[in-house]
Amino acid sequence: MKYLLGVFLVTFFFACDNTPDAPVKGLVIAKKDVLPILGNRDIAENGDTIYPTIPDFAFINQNGDTVTNADFEGKAYVADFFFIHCPTICPKVTQQMLRVNDKFADDDNLMLLAHTVDPKRDDVAALKSYADKLDAKTPKWHFVTGDKDELHGIADDYFSVAIENPDAPGGFDHSGRLILVDKNRHVRAFANGTDPDEVTQFIEDIKVLLAEK
Amino acid sequence: MKIQFTVALAALIFFCTYSCKEETFYQGHSIYDSICANCHMEDGSGLKGIIPPLANSDYLKNNQLEVACIIRYGMEGDVVVNGKTYNQPMAGITYVTDTEIANIINYINNAWGNDYGMVDFKNLRIKLKECAAEEERIRLEERAERIRKMNQ
Ligand code: HEC
Repeated sequence: MKYLLGVFLVTFFFACDNTPDAPVKGLVIAKKDVLPILGNRDIAENGDTIYPTIPDFAFINQNGDTVTNADFEGKAYVADFFFIHCPTICPKVTQQMLRVNDKFADDDNLMLLAHTVDPKRDDVAALKSYADKLDAKTPKWHFVTGDKDELHGIADDYFSVAIENPDAPGGFDHSGRLILVDKNRHVRAFANGTDPDEVTQFIEDIKVLLAEK
Repeated sequence: MKIQFTVALAALIFFCTYSCKEETFYQGHSIYDSICANCHMEDGSGLKGIIPPLANSDYLKNNQLEVACIIRYGMEGDVVVNGKTYNQPMAGITYVTDTEIANIINYINNAWGNDYGMVDFKNLRIKLKECAAEEERIRLEERAERIRKMNQ
């Protein structure tokens, strides 16, 4: 009888340990020396390796100014895709962009580039008010709008997804990745922007990139 | 033997309630994490300047029944939370039941150090009915307006 009760006690003590916020995996932050260049590479006729690069772009930022690759000349930047009316993951991703922004506030060599996937609703004025509420300042952090097909098209080059889909919440399917691009327009790292642990690693990756000559 | 048994039973009940403490708001917690946390964050802190907090929110504390309607029908326009003004539309979550709404409110009322008690389910249902009638009135008015414009 006594033993039985003992067993009961032990069982009950553990039975309910399935709370949603029970601690998950312990994250080990891997220290890298060099970040790889991501994506499929080609070999040119002369034998040189060709790495995937971010193509030329021209979008309009929250101040109504045109933003092109030239604005990121010699700098690294973190890109993401979002939209203001997003009923799902965007605020979590923006929260992580904000974290990166604050972490590298004093380092001019890192910039941020947030693309809307919903240019119809997210015009310059909407982006301006959004950026101001976040206290996001140019030239550090650009929020850009522009031609919908160009915005959705360039998402591919950032290994991201941006597709209009009336059945998706808010009307768009899109990934919540943060993508790190170097000064040669190569993608060097990315993280799932809804996972703060991944972004902790990503921030370490940014430091490694910025230490590159 | 009898005393031993009673003590063991008491211990069992104690351990059970203790280890299940986190489970009190199980449904509210899981719906919160899957829907609301996208915007208000798992720790209820919101998003700087854009999405108001639920952790330590005077608005939540003082508008218990209105919050039921906010969950179902959303909210727009200025809202002041802890002295800060927010203005960004929140879409309603149309597919949660009255009971689920009560469970969500009870969870956020008691999470992250909040201590706002339990919502009164009877009054919550009455309030939701009132808001449903109000939403219907607005919907019909907008429809009439559209028809009026079409006929002009
Ligand atoms: C798509 C993002 C989004 C989702 C999802 C969302 N909210 Fe909100 N919520 C907001 C915004 C934005 C406001 C501010 C509305 C305004 O400015 O008028 C708000 C306001 C509130 C308020 C009143 C202000 C305060 O902070 O006390 C409460 C309460 C609230 N939400 C609870 C919830 C609950 C509970 C859920 C889940 C059932 C939820 N929200 C889901 C974005 C969201």
